Amino acid sequence: MAKAQPRSEIRFLLNGEEVALRDVAPDETLLDYLRLRQNLRGTKEGCAEGDCGACTVLVGRFLAGKLIYESVNACIRFVGSLDGTHVVTVEHLKSSDGRLHPVQRAMVDFHGSQCGFCTPGFVMSLYGLRMREPNPTDAAIEKALQGNLCRCTGYEAIVRAAHAISDYGRASKDPLLAERNAVVARLTAMRDGVRVEIGSGKDRLVVPASVDDFAKLLNDEPTATVVAGSTDVGLWVTKHMRDIAPVVFIAGLEELKSISEEKGVVTIGAGVTYTEAFETLAKRIPPLGTLINRIGGEQVRNMGTIGGNIANGSPIGDTPPPLIALGASLTLRRGKKRRTISLQDYFIAYGKQDRAPGEFVEAVHVPVPKKGTHFAIYKVSKRRDEDITSTLGAFLIEVKGGVVKEVRIAYGGMAATPKRASAVEAALLGKPWNEATVEAALGEFAKDFAPLTDMRATADYRALAARNLLVRFYAETTGTKAPIQVSRAA
Amino acid sequence: MTAHQPSVKATKIAGGVHTDQRHDSAHKHVTGEAIYIDDMPEPRGTLHGCLGLSTVAHGKMVKIDLAAVRTAPGVVDVLTAKDVPGVNDISPTGRHDEPVLAEGVVQFYGQPIFCVIAQTREQARRACKLAKIEYEELPFVVDIGGLDVEKDKLVTPNLTLTRGDAAEAIRKAPRRLKGQVRNGGQDHFYLEGQISMAVPGEDGDVTIYCSTQHPSEVQHMVGHALGVPSHAVTIEIRRMGGGFGGKETQGNQFAALAAIAAKKLGRAVKIRPDRDDDMTATGKRHDFLIDYEIGFDDEGNILGVEFTYGARCGFSSDLSGPVTDRALFHCDNAYFYPAVKAVSAPFYTNTVSNTAFRGFGGPQGMIGAERIIDEVAFATGKDPLEIRRKNFYGTTDRNVTPYHQTVEDNIIHRIFDELEQSADYDGRRREIRAFNNNSRFIKRGLAITPVKFGISFTATHYNQAGALVHVYTDGSVHLNHGGTEMGQGLNTKVAQVVAEEFQIDIDQVKITATTTGKVPNTSATAASSGADLNGMAAQDGARQIKARLIDFAAEKWNVEKDQVVFLPNRVRIGNQEIPFGELIKLAYFARIQLSAAGFYKTPKIHWDRAKGQGRPFYYYAYGAACAEVSVDVLTGEYMVERVDILHETGRSLNKALDLGQIEGAFIQGMGWLTTEELWWDAKGRLRTFAPSTYKIPLASDRPKIFNVTLADWSENRENTVYKSKAVGEPPFMLGMAVYHALTDAVASVADHKLHPQLDAPATPERVLMAIERLKAAR
Ligand SMILES: Cc1cc2nc3c(=O)[nH]c(=O)nc-3n(C[C@H](O)[C@H](O)[C@H](O)COP(=O)(O)OP(=O)(O)OC[C@H]3O[C@@H](n4cnc5c(N)ncnc54)[C@H](O)[C@@H]3O)c2cc1C
Ligand code: FES
Ligand code: FES
Repeated sequence: MAKAQPRSEIRFLLNGEEVALRDVAPDETLLDYLRLRQNLRGTKEGCAEGDCGACTVLVGRFLAGKLIYESVNACIRFVGSLDGTHVVTVEHLKSSDGRLHPVQRAMVDFHGSQCGFCTPGFVMSLYGLRMREPNPTDAAIEKALQGNLCRCTGYEAIVRAAHAISDYGRASKDPLLAERNAVVARLTAMRDGVRVEIGSGKDRLVVPASVDDFAKLLNDEPTATVVAGSTDVGLWVTKHMRDIAPVVFIAGLEELKSISEEKGVVTIGAGVTYTEAFETLAKRIPPLGTLINRIGGEQVRNMGTIGGNIANGSPIGDTPPPLIALGASLTLRRGKKRRTISLQDYFIAYGKQDRAPGEFVEAVHVPVPKKGTHFAIYKVSKRRDEDITSTLGAFLIEVKGGVVKEVRIAYGGMAATPKRASAVEAALLGKPWNEATVEAALGEFAKDFAPLTDMRATADYRALAARNLLVRFYAETTGTKAPIQVSRAA
Repeated sequence: MTAHQPSVKATKIAGGVHTDQRHDSAHKHVTGEAIYIDDMPEPRGTLHGCLGLSTVAHGKMVKIDLAAVRTAPGVVDVLTAKDVPGVNDISPTGRHDEPVLAEGVVQFYGQPIFCVIAQTREQARRACKLAKIEYEELPFVVDIGGLDVEKDKLVTPNLTLTRGDAAEAIRKAPRRLKGQVRNGGQDHFYLEGQISMAVPGEDGDVTIYCSTQHPSEVQHMVGHALGVPSHAVTIEIRRMGGGFGGKETQGNQFAALAAIAAKKLGRAVKIRPDRDDDMTATGKRHDFLIDYEIGFDDEGNILGVEFTYGARCGFSSDLSGPVTDRALFHCDNAYFYPAVKAVSAPFYTNTVSNTAFRGFGGPQGMIGAERIIDEVAFATGKDPLEIRRKNFYGTTDRNVTPYHQTVEDNIIHRIFDELEQSADYDGRRREIRAFNNNSRFIKRGLAITPVKFGISFTATHYNQAGALVHVYTDGSVHLNHGGTEMGQGLNTKVAQVVAEEFQIDIDQVKITATTTGKVPNTSATAASSGADLNGMAAQDGARQIKARLIDFAAEKWNVEKDQVVFLPNRVRIGNQEIPFGELIKLAYFARIQLSAAGFYKTPKIHWDRAKGQGRPFYYYAYGAACAEVSVDVLTGEYMVERVDILHETGRSLNKALDLGQIEGAFIQGMGWLTTEELWWDAKGRLRTFAPSTYKIPLASDRPKIFNVTLADWSENRENTVYKSKAVGEPPFMLGMAVYHALTDAVASVADHKLHPQLDAPATPERVLMAIERLKAAR
């Protein structure tokens, strides 16, 4: 495998040019590279933490053999992770004769910019959307813009522009599309299947050639920082200025990107991004699809992985509670050795997970709820979209003959780890599924959780909202016609 | 851009006033070609600064060890207070209470203590972390709850407004009640953070490219800190990536430090703080705690009101004096109080010094007014809309404000009538009642709130402006004025005015960067005054040149002056027409001066602060919003279902830009009152200092249905630029409708019998807790 000589340069296409970099620092961000080294200053920095979208660029890459373009946050994307991709910045949109791109024309004509600082980012997000959905709905536009903040316009003009883009020329005539074959050829030519390694000793970055190569490397160098989507690790660098080298970039490993289903269990590779997982999960376990749409913004979902969300071990990560409620398990691998544990047991304490040095997360296995069970996830946050959870509850219940046969409830944001509500479950199990039982179970929450107060919510609110989510879940299982949640739908 | 050949046959110029011009930089915005300060080419050898911030809320610095900082890779210098060559103070109002760098004592968490200058920004940031500062911690005050205006420390003298005998009116009133309402502060969250780049010149001069709304003040502050005359300092700004008041005084610190370092080291120095530092170390909107006591009758007529407006000002005065004054000026919003007393309490706290933010205290003032209306409505069992109408200012009587200015231009009745109709308030009120009766978990709420906002700086001397207009021999025009462009489209509007005056197409008018070298002693682009003041100044400049051209043409062609008429891109002189450019060329050869400095000062206004009387405002701007929300009573989560707005901007100079201002301001106002929450921990540290923790509205927070209409029948009765009205701030307060709709939805859980006492920001948490209180009390 890693017999071939490692390559000591990162190669990618930047707009129309091929770049080959030998001097990439392990923690160099794409945004700094664009602005400081390439003097491409159309891409802006608004926050350096993936939350504002001013730095949005598109990254083209192969997914299942097809070239796709996705919006990403250049501020928390590392240059080392770009090998074999096509980076498209706002400078690439205008045609050579100076004509504006349809997205740009619509933004101009509909007064979509005021101060203009957020604008390049919006243009790129809308461009990414247009490539997927040339005639988007309001909901699709809002989703594509969850990761873009604008403080001036109030968004109305931007959404009007987004709807009008298709009037400015057919998506099938798009300039990027015209150069598509050439780009595919150039990207294909760059792929040599070897490991990339830049720097030496501790101050080094590695892009492994394969999962086996990665496994070996991490086993040999267990202190290396694994970087998948960098939506957590990026902030360690930009905000905490932590030294993360040596770094291993695994986002390009195709073998970690598979999603498959066998015997009612969906297996998601650790490298699968939220965006990649969406279609399957939305179809097989719909509440997970709905949840994904409220994780970060589009750019974060295009980079961030479920594997990273789990590995990171945060008590406010959104996927662990529902996966625990579903009874998911986790495959960990070290060198050639694999072990599979229940996801619930992975989280030991705050900042402590059941992962040995040199071990990495390979896949998570998620049982699809059986027919006749009810499954729901409710995320509560200060702002509806692109916000971190105050409290999140996931509920799985099977009721037979009016009696609770099986119940699994897990919460995020309520303890030092994602955690089962064991006492609440005990109060429900074997009882008739009715309001009185629910009422009695509400009294058990205090045994399971003693939440904290922080900037997102007070302990009292967390406790109360968490209890009320069970009330909501009960109402949902009764099939009530009356609304049980506020909704964005018109 | 190649200018097109102006048409001399046109019946109308392209881009005159009252037309929907696009933002002049729109093309550059969408292509990424618009240059913000961080995008400018850096002079060779440019260094980068990073501020070292205090880590305690209040403390004596007993030991400052910067050795490791100085020896960190790339570090060139570390500035502390003793490196300030002039006066270590940037207090904008001359109160001498705001050091550039703290000396001896720090007074809030995040106060700048030192400034690292390094080869790269990254190196400067990393080096900052290596400082070792020991503090002897002192008691600190973060919250203003429980502070007393008589006893506790104020940052600036407070203001009292009185008309009639409020205490007596309340005492005699058939009904009385007392209460308190709290509203949070707000971070500006301009997308482009603070930034300054200082370039040293000869003779010890320095030029600073600074993202500021107030170049003249930066110039004075930098001069003060450097100990040099103002003529040695030039400030330039082409555009900001948003300001909202956050760049009125808050750029001073970065500009001063960049300038000090640049002069000391003889190299260009740029300071662009990280977003975290920007949000920690720069001021925000003032939070207020408003106490009120009202006397009213059973019909809901307000008879007397007493208010105390306590404000969290932070550790220094900054603009807290005028901000808290303006809060009092808006304690009436659109309502007449037969007797009133309002007192401001600008409290000292160990928090960052709060500053200007769109509305400048006005929004907080109105929160008090709208709260008492709601209270009276609940107390009398009437719809708040009815109480609002009852207490509106009259047009011929009941029209004197608490500061004794007569409201002469009241149009709130017509605005309300039209909006109530177009939004179908009554019909939807009925529908919502029916919906709520049948819905257990989701409750809807509806509210309609007015805005009457006073236009002019309350510091009368600020109401002046200058402009510089050059006509070149080819007939193209160079335009410069003292206002700054932060996205509002000011430059576009002023260019429209100049194009209109000369009757030339707008692309013949070049908009140029604001610089203290061209127009001196300018006022901040603030108080919504940008177009009012600078548009008039530019008009004056253009008119001076026109007058000279008319004199010249009348003499040369031997016609009466009124026979010289400026037509689109041409001038009619007697019976002949010649292109504008042609006339200019001839005028040049005849040695006519083709450049003029325009000037304007707002007439009629005066203000006696000691007496609390005068006419601080030239005119008022009006609007109203109707909002409907749905609320989840289990979690407090909510959704804005529909908003209808009717707002006026007089005879709009540019409806497209005005519409953008209204939409944007509304959403920003809504954000202030809903999800934008500032939170300090028990040690007085602000923990919401980044977009990950501080949540401004997203596209998906917009009202699902959003109807915004300009009251195009409106015209300014005062002689403003083409009869237009200011638009920057007034629509911000339309966001109150959402807050009151939330209150209405919450109230439904106790059948509208109890007032929910919902404070702002009305986060899902506050909404749920208000619901719980009502459920417990019903
Ligand atoms: C703007 C923004 C919004 C966000 N919103 C949300 C949100 O709403 N909900 C939420 O839950 N999270 C949110 N996050 C956090 C983040 O997106 C998720 O935790 C994400 O899933 C992390 O995945 P990643 O691939 O980016 O991980 P990385 O940042 O690459 O890595 C995270 C951690 O996991 C480790 N790691 C990654 N992959 C592996 C592996 N295969 N084996 C072993 N270790 C591994 C890394 O070493 C690191 O410790 C947000 C982040 C940002 C920047
Ligand atoms: S700069 Fe804000 S998301 Fe990248
Ligand atoms: S236009 Fe200013 S932030 Fe969007």
